[in-house]
Amino acid sequence: MIFENEHLLPGQVGHFFVLLAFVASIISAIAYFKATGTKLEKEKRSWILFARGAFFIEFFALLAVFFSIYYICSHHYFEYLYAYKHASKELEAKYLLACIWEGQEGSFLLWTIWHCVLGSVIILTAKKRESSVMGIVNTAQFFLTLMIVGIYVFNTRIGSSPFVLTRNELAGPIFTQPDYLKYIKDGIGLNVLLRNYWMVIHPPILFLGFASTVIPASFAFSSLITKDWGGWIKAALPWALLSGCVLGVGIMMGGKWAYESLSFGGYWAWDPVENASLVPWIIMVAGLHCMAVYNSTGNALRASYLFVILSYFFVLYSTFLTRTGILGDTSVHAFTEAGMAMNILIGIYVIGITIPLLFLYFKNYRKIPTIQKEENISSREFWMFIGALILFLAALFIISVTSLPVYNKVFGTNLADPQDREFTYNKVLVLVAVIVGLLTAISQYLKYRQTGKKYLVTKMLWPLSIAVVISALLAIFYPIEYSKKGPGFLAAIYLALFASIFSIVANAAYLKTVLKGNLKAGGGAIAHLGFALLIGGMLISSGNKKVISDNSKTGLFIPFDKDPTGRGTENPLENLTLLKGVPTQMGPYTVTYVNDSMAKEKNRTFYNLHFQRVDTATGKVTENFILSPDAYRMKDNNLSSNPGTKHYLSHDVFTYISTISAPDQDPDTATFKIHDMAIGDTVYYSNGYFILNGILKNPDNERFHFSPTDTALVADITVYGKDSTRHKAYPALTINNQEINFIDDTVITQNIYLNISGITSDKKFKIGLKQTNKLTSFITLKAYVFPYINLVWAGLIIMAGGFVVSLLRRVKAANYIAAIAIALVLMGLIYMFLIANN
Amino acid sequence: MKTSSIIILVAIAAAIGTLLMYSVDFSTYDTIASAKEKPGKYVHLIARLDKSKPIQYDAIKDPNYLSFYATDSLGNSTKVIYHNTKPSELEQSDRVVLKGKMEGNVFECDNILMKCPSKYKDDKKQLEKTVTQY
Repeated sequence: MIFENEHLLPGQVGHFFVLLAFVASIISAIAYFKATGTKLEKEKRSWILFARGAFFIEFFALLAVFFSIYYICSHHYFEYLYAYKHASKELEAKYLLACIWEGQEGSFLLWTIWHCVLGSVIILTAKKRESSVMGIVNTAQFFLTLMIVGIYVFNTRIGSSPFVLTRNELAGPIFTQPDYLKYIKDGIGLNVLLRNYWMVIHPPILFLGFASTVIPASFAFSSLITKDWGGWIKAALPWALLSGCVLGVGIMMGGKWAYESLSFGGYWAWDPVENASLVPWIIMVAGLHCMAVYNSTGNALRASYLFVILSYFFVLYSTFLTRTGILGDTSVHAFTEAGMAMNILIGIYVIGITIPLLFLYFKNYRKIPTIQKEENISSREFWMFIGALILFLAALFIISVTSLPVYNKVFGTNLADPQDREFTYNKVLVLVAVIVGLLTAISQYLKYRQTGKKYLVTKMLWPLSIAVVISALLAIFYPIEYSKKGPGFLAAIYLALFASIFSIVANAAYLKTVLKGNLKAGGGAIAHLGFALLIGGMLISSGNKKVISDNSKTGLFIPFDKDPTGRGTENPLENLTLLKGVPTQMGPYTVTYVNDSMAKEKNRTFYNLHFQRVDTATGKVTENFILSPDAYRMKDNNLSSNPGTKHYLSHDVFTYISTISAPDQDPDTATFKIHDMAIGDTVYYSNGYFILNGILKNPDNERFHFSPTDTALVADITVYGKDSTRHKAYPALTINNQEINFIDDTVITQNIYLNISGITSDKKFKIGLKQTNKLTSFITLKAYVFPYINLVWAGLIIMAGGFVVSLLRRVKAANYIAAIAIALVLMGLIYMFLIANN
Repeated sequence: MKTSSIIILVAIAAAIGTLLMYSVDFSTYDTIASAKEKPGKYVHLIARLDKSKPIQYDAIKDPNYLSFYATDSLGNSTKVIYHNTKPSELEQSDRVVLKGKMEGNVFECDNILMKCPSKYKDDKKQLEKTVTQY
């Protein structure tokens, strides 16, 4: 059968390039391994040149694949399943990239492209290690492209191609008709939860982080295969720093995203998906500390090998956890089941590279040189090694608890998450924070080999005293009020807080007194300072997070069914219902649900809440602001909400919608009555009258934020009720892609709806009025105050800056390049984390 | 550092790790019948919403009180109380995981996870249903 209106060419082109990339990765890998195995310089050279050629063909082909997918999605060619699943016509252009990496195939593709970018840098810089390092990188590429080839071997499909056709994949009566495309009006589109600018930047950064972990492991391989022990460390250390920086930033971007746009009520929930990317980061950080130790003293070489290999292993393991659907019920945001064949492929990828690497490592373990002499207990390397070990153990703890679904699968048990998942992790990691805080505070002052006792005491005295004083002041004037887990845990929080403060002070003092402000040499100290600030910020913001939507305190509501279980007091009831127009006390604020306004997106509504805080003593209004959390109501009545947050320097007021009043089941029988109105005209209705004050073109006011390039007419209307109230209303008419949209406005206390439906021939405006007597709307929301959350983001930015400083020093970048690089990174991060959404 | 001391350290670490794992109080997946046998113990119930019985929720009266009935695959049924808002997709869900404990005849639940057909665009059957709806 010939199908009408299909665009098969882009898919064929795309599929061709997938195959080309796949074949090129095999050829490049083999050629690089050949080069590694050859002793003859000339032959080696020609294998390398050949391998490079294949590698760059692979790079080009992958870019071509990416553009094919982009083309298909941006043109809404729903004959392709990928476009049908991830794109839709109403999706804004800025989310096109996001919808590409929403799917498994697109995100694998992103990963391979990063491998190619990093591989190109390796080719430029790695010199004699190029062949063995690139051999591993290309092997990884082979596995990744295998996931998206979609070829049939013995009737089994290997990999899932992004270019399969909807009619071949789905069964349905429409596909028997040549003109089936007529019936596919729109794609499913990007999940509304993911329509956020973080979805555009977070995945690329995170995948760059994932992709970068293969490089240190490849350097380790290069050394194991050539038996050139230790020489790899210097070359691999900048890569490990890059990994630590990018992966760390990527993970916290996820946290920031969760915090500001997903209704999880926080930035970290110990969700398996979060843990799965945290664990490789921690191990990479442990690894790079061991590498630094080796660089200075020759110790910790074996641990360096192990940690970089394991870091890569856990990146792959996390891929396995999040993409095979094994997490099932335990995670809110893992990919779902991808099919048996895909799962096996992912499984092979996990062990395909890392098991041979680990095997090589253990085979050569005895040959890897170590220093027989015991380290001095006052030496820096001893404590750095202890720190790395603690980090490693913490990572193992996290991954062992996270792997619960895997045990269930393997051993057939039916264990489930503990009752309080967060506390399970927190109670252990708060102790890790104490140790790591103390170590990062002290170890900067320790010297390699041996440290004089007197030197240490004199240097540490001041930072320690200052930290003690600050902690004591904090405990008195701003105590942590997290008592629900008992005094033991509270004490641990205080200890960790003290350790963080100590570390902040000690590292700052180290930068000033020991390095004399020479920031170039202070990457480690800067990163440690940032990390301590991050942890301290987490302890304060989580420890003193307050639920202000505490229903039990408003006294407005009486439970209508006596609770048969006798509810405990430890769980405050976090939801509060606000009736439209009725001021309600919420924590220190009087909150009024004023009105709601339609967003440009279909089915999305902003709920405007007016917050007012009055000083009880003076009666003056001290705070006055509007928050507009929003919610999507989807076709099947599902609700997906985004928070509204008021940012202060010292705290955030955070709200999100948990329920909205159901749309009326009875159809609203009232209809719009159209009035032709000139500017200044008055129209009466049963409860008052309204005046058309004017027509605004592309206004930027309290209700709309149009830009001059939009086409929008907004009627400026004032409604005067009989009860001598006055309300503003702004119904609008917009033209977008040759489609006219009407955005109604409501004055709920008057039960009227207004719209603007067009312009009459005699230059009047058609204003529609609808009167109903429906029930009052309400929303139920949760509201929290997060204190000092900015410390978390500031800490992250400083830590990333520290990584970059160290990295630039290790690659011996010229001063001006270093300055530019650091300025760019800091500006980008400060913009994204602290300015963009405030 | 000597190999021996590393081994000792690792052994200590392993011991600590075992202790920690032991302290992690894993819950279990249960049926309604087996949950009733251990009242007060925190479990995960895999069940489905009993649509023949009423769902009680009125956000205006009390936004933190939801009650409904759940049945499991063995046909047992229990009343469930959840002190939170009603998840909007509850009625559409085809399977729910209820976390909480049995208290008397009522399952006191503090978390509901839902499997909803609409969330899973990778589910082929669901795609086949929606492809013709537009």
